[in-house]
Amino acid sequence: MVASGTAARGPNPWDDVRLHIVTGKGGTGKTTVAAALALALASGGRRTLLVEVEERQGFARLFDTGPLPYEERKVAVAPNGGDVFALAVDTEAAFLEYLEMFYKLGRAGRMLKRIGAVDFATTIAPGLRDVILTGKVYEEVGRRRSGRQEYDAVVLDAPPTGRIARFLNVNAEVSGLARTGPIRGQADSIMELLTSARTVVHVVTLLEEMPVQETADGIAELASIGLPVGAVIVNRVRQPALRPSDLTALGKREVSEAEIVTGLEAAGIRPTRQTVAALLDEGADLAARVALEKRERRRVQALKRPTYDLPWLPDTIDLGGLYILAQALTEQGMR
Amino acid sequence: MTPKKRPTTSLPAQLPLDIDALLDSPATRTIVCCGSGGVGKTTTAAALAVRAAERGRSVVVLTIDPAKRLAQSLGLAELGNEPRPVRAIDLSAGGSLDAMMLDMKRTFDEIVEDHADPERAAAILANPFYQSMSSSFAGTQEYMAMEKLGQLRTRADQEGRWDLIIVDTPPSRSALDFLDAPARLGSFLDGRFIRFLIAPAKAGGRVYLRAVGAGLGAVTSVMTRLLGAQVLKDLQTFVAALDTTFGGFRERADATYALLQAPGTAFIVVAAPEPDALREASYFVERLAEEGMPLAGLVVNRTHRSSAALNPEQALAAAERLELTGEHARTAGLLRVHAELAQQMVTEQRLVTRFATAHPAVPRVEAPAQATDVHDLAGLRRIGSDLAKP
Repeated sequence: MVASGTAARGPNPWDDVRLHIVTGKGGTGKTTVAAALALALASGGRRTLLVEVEERQGFARLFDTGPLPYEERKVAVAPNGGDVFALAVDTEAAFLEYLEMFYKLGRAGRMLKRIGAVDFATTIAPGLRDVILTGKVYEEVGRRRSGRQEYDAVVLDAPPTGRIARFLNVNAEVSGLARTGPIRGQADSIMELLTSARTVVHVVTLLEEMPVQETADGIAELASIGLPVGAVIVNRVRQPALRPSDLTALGKREVSEAEIVTGLEAAGIRPTRQTVAALLDEGADLAARVALEKRERRRVQALKRPTYDLPWLPDTIDLGGLYILAQALTEQGMR
Repeated sequence: MTPKKRPTTSLPAQLPLDIDALLDSPATRTIVCCGSGGVGKTTTAAALAVRAAERGRSVVVLTIDPAKRLAQSLGLAELGNEPRPVRAIDLSAGGSLDAMMLDMKRTFDEIVEDHADPERAAAILANPFYQSMSSSFAGTQEYMAMEKLGQLRTRADQEGRWDLIIVDTPPSRSALDFLDAPARLGSFLDGRFIRFLIAPAKAGGRVYLRAVGAGLGAVTSVMTRLLGAQVLKDLQTFVAALDTTFGGFRERADATYALLQAPGTAFIVVAAPEPDALREASYFVERLAEEGMPLAGLVVNRTHRSSAALNPEQALAAAERLELTGEHARTAGLLRVHAELAQQMVTEQRLVTRFATAHPAVPRVEAPAQATDVHDLAGLRRIGSDLAKP
């Protein structure tokens, strides 16, 4: 099955993008989509890095490895060559590293830890955590090795739509608090990257009312604070096994039980009343769902963003499933 | 729609979660709905509230971030921070329903105003750190949801207007954040760092820093390098100003935590039949047991059902036979639709069975997937009756 999104088939809209941020309502599968995106972007001999910041070890499960340590690990080889690395950010370690890197605080960093400032920063002070995490992502995007970029693209599995604007905008918030000083400089550099053409925020949705509503709200919120919105990625798109005219008839309850009885007999199944009624109910439910999906599809189109479709896969997602999703993205021009 | 039966896959015998018994028992005074994002927590909380009210309880439901149309169905057009009566509820059983949406900034402001004299309160409210912490930083929502629950409990006990409080929990990184927020706040307030921050104002801070082997000057110099002098000064002013209200914060956080362990409280863990949601539910169930918090049971939302006596393989084989003959296309299509559904049921039941095997003592109820979204009272009533009579 080839998924059919409406993304640009002409020039690749993401050529200059180095940081792909993936968000979406909880339950829409954004971690899976981020992983598939990293695979797709790596294909053809490139290197991509997947970053997770919520300490859930989502990538370890998807790529079927043990828990990821706080270091970049190769987790998959992309189609046609190319490597996908993954990094599970440990907030406390990232904070100490950050202090060392930007302020050359060796012993003093340990002193801050002893007096509880690190604990404060990573778990209690709301927001500081986000400063550290966005700082780590910033560092990965800029990382260089032997004169070239270490990664062709960094894919961030970001917090959900409800919190994404707050998460990404935390450095603007910091800039507002710190009028001068080193933190101000760092915050400004991060905001510069996040609002530049090198960054896009993709939103994952399902063709259901609440996820689409959150997608629309999230896009409006991101745009209002100047963050670049990328694509809408529609996850779990199903192709109904019934023709539109049949769905309409089933939805209107115009299909007779007698027809299904005859059909089941022809298929060698003894038709009980219960089974026939259940099949007709399931057809009517599907008709209702397809009608709803059509409405939601129109609302997605009205957002006027490049759109990619990912097929629904019947089982829980494993590595094989990720390759199928990555291929669907590649076929729709994501590279 | 015809009544649907349980799926054919057999599960280990297990205690069902009796929702009506839970809602009807006067001993149930607080219900907390928790679980990972996107599993239908808010809808479940609202459906339980409507059902409890229509069965005669005097209910107040605290929702955190409801979808717009769900909020409208409860008569909540905007943030109120005050419970309002939900009209269109059937009051014939003698119950009532009030609903509110959490306004986290307003809740925070009110605590400050209640615990500090007007001058100090004004200083805190105007501090830039306070303003960003109270309105835009992640984590504050959990603190404030817990705070609001404590307030509602106090009012319910004093005024007698409600005999059941139902709360939704914030869409956190982890469902555990809700439990951890007050403890974190407490550990901060008792912690070393706070003593450093208010050290210039208090001699005890200096003594303390000497005890951990750090000079005040050294710490201040590092912090100044990190934050810049102005930020450090703002931060210290903020912390010093909040200092007077801290006692109040800590006592309230402790009291609310104790309330969660009290016999009248029941946790309902909400999940969807998906690996991540059930894993999160597992963590949560284990954590509740560790903390001695009373778990009522697990609600598995959006499970699929069918009363057709055909497993996925039979349905698929039959569809293929028909497709070979080129006749009965509609029946073949329906068989494929059923095969997909039955396959999904198999996957879901495997996941639920895994949970049930790991947690055999946890009562469970499965709520069927709705063909379309729910955003009116009729839909909430339907979910309530599905939960009560699975």
